[in-house]
Amino acid sequence: MIPARGATAVAIAEGVRAGKWLARDVAEQYLDRIARLDGALGCYLLVDGDGARRRADAVDAARKAGRDPGALAGVPLGVKDIFCTRGIETTCASKILKGFVPPYESTVTARLGEAGAVMLGKLNMDEFAMGSSNENSAFKPVRNPWSHAHVPGGSSGGSAAATAASLCAGAIGTDTGGSIRQPAALCGVVGVKPTYGRVSRYGVIAFASSLDHPGPFGRTVEDAAALLEVMAGADEHDATSIPTPVGQYRAAVRAGREGPEPLKGIRLGVPDEYFQPGMDAEVEAAVRAAIEELSRAGARIVKVSLPNTKYAIATYYLVCTAEASSNLARYDGVRHGYRAPDARSLEEMYTRTRGEGFGAEPKRRIMLGTYVLRAGYYEAYYGKALRARRKIADDFTAAFASCDAIVTPTSPVPAFKFGERMGDPLQMYLADVLTVGPDLAGVPALSQPCGFTKVGLPIGLQIIAPALGEEMCFRVAAAYEARTKWHEQLPPEAGS
Amino acid sequence: MSRITADEVRELALLARLRLSDGEIGAMTDNLGAILEYVDALRALDTSAVEPMTHAVPFDCPTRADEVKPSLPLDDVLTNAPRRDGNFFQVPRIVPGPGGGSEGSEP
Repeated sequence: MIPARGATAVAIAEGVRAGKWLARDVAEQYLDRIARLDGALGCYLLVDGDGARRRADAVDAARKAGRDPGALAGVPLGVKDIFCTRGIETTCASKILKGFVPPYESTVTARLGEAGAVMLGKLNMDEFAMGSSNENSAFKPVRNPWSHAHVPGGSSGGSAAATAASLCAGAIGTDTGGSIRQPAALCGVVGVKPTYGRVSRYGVIAFASSLDHPGPFGRTVEDAAALLEVMAGADEHDATSIPTPVGQYRAAVRAGREGPEPLKGIRLGVPDEYFQPGMDAEVEAAVRAAIEELSRAGARIVKVSLPNTKYAIATYYLVCTAEASSNLARYDGVRHGYRAPDARSLEEMYTRTRGEGFGAEPKRRIMLGTYVLRAGYYEAYYGKALRARRKIADDFTAAFASCDAIVTPTSPVPAFKFGERMGDPLQMYLADVLTVGPDLAGVPALSQPCGFTKVGLPIGLQIIAPALGEEMCFRVAAAYEARTKWHEQLPPEAGS
Repeated sequence: MSRITADEVRELALLARLRLSDGEIGAMTDNLGAILEYVDALRALDTSAVEPMTHAVPFDCPTRADEVKPSLPLDDVLTNAPRRDGNFFQVPRIVPGPGGGSEGSEP
């Protein structure tokens, strides 16, 4: 049977579909790895072993009965604890949702399950997806599999670390300001933030509704493409989901691997604004070398400009906190989750439930969002940010007039150490400086490994395409991956 | 001068229905002050010629057929209630009465 360590989702599904191995045996192997290795990493908030065995057995039964077991047959999957899973506790890594058992299933997890994927459990994250280091989880930190002294990034830190450490063969997360791509970069895996609306948000616990993008994590570009093909598509439960048919992502991966110059005719834009002083020298060198490699694969490298990049973080934190303060108003102790005990009035129950249930970062964002939405401040802050958002989105439209995709670093720095940025929220916010632009503009972006620092920390390359240009992201990324070996490196583990 | 005072932070906490300790008010005042100072940079950006962007992609609110469909079973929905009374979510009394307002005084 295929060894779980380093296995790809695509290889696992092929073997299960062909009857070479059983989904049940694959699941057992991953559950065993989680039991042995996750104590040190902290990726999982909940492991659903019995459920995983049941799901795997159903896949095996379908195949034996001659039915199609699905494109992702037997793929062991980790699910960020922001996706509602029917009958399985979903906390968003917050004390305020402790004990919440959703009565319904998110569209994304339902589709993955129908395609034969086997959910192993729920993955750790920054509370309510607010953070860039996973240090904001109310329950425990996630450690970077490449160095336990370093953070895995966030907010989907559990998803990135579990994929890197082969504690699942692929995972799903959400990206609001970089929460898929930044941890993917810091953990050395592939992460994709699709076009806004390409993947349904139904059943995804809301943080900032106009910015929340569910997306996949994979060990390889093809794994991420295979997951996204299943996740994407219109959904009657999400009015903002896009009706356009889903792209041929795996075909785009194959196109990226074909011939000596698979990127011939493709123009890749490089924006100066994404290479600023303060960027880590090793990150810059690795990304510049990756751009050279893409040029050797046939791409023409052109200079582009995204002049309003310097306003992106301010714009993002005004928009996302305004939306968060509104979305998080629902956590009041009435219908689900935590309720402060012995309150003597409704008012006291609300304020104490929220004061005791939320951690420091959600409180900060609720407060800032409440501030910028206040009568008298609204136009100066929130209104201004919505206009700035338009200018930032227009930058991308203008840049895509002269290129087919934009290539940049994903994060200006490799993984940082625990505690390094926790004392200063603004420093933590600046970790998202190269990822928030595509969220604000709603355009797709992918992060893939493009090297390591001298001390062995992964470096990420970001590929940004115009709206609904996921196929371009996959084609370029596959071309790069086919020419390099970074994705074949595995993080160290006990006993290896 | 800081962009926000501790008294303003207290007022905001009330609006946001968050009970914060004195220590939290102090830290929040510092944090919000620094963040508001940072976002002030946006003032330098001329946005007079652009419309606010409320959606990432062009979006017309779609309508669907007005058909009756089954809802979630009441028991499934109420199973997460911190306190439940039959088919109702139970909360402390809203209008102050002679018997006090604690949850415990209810049936």
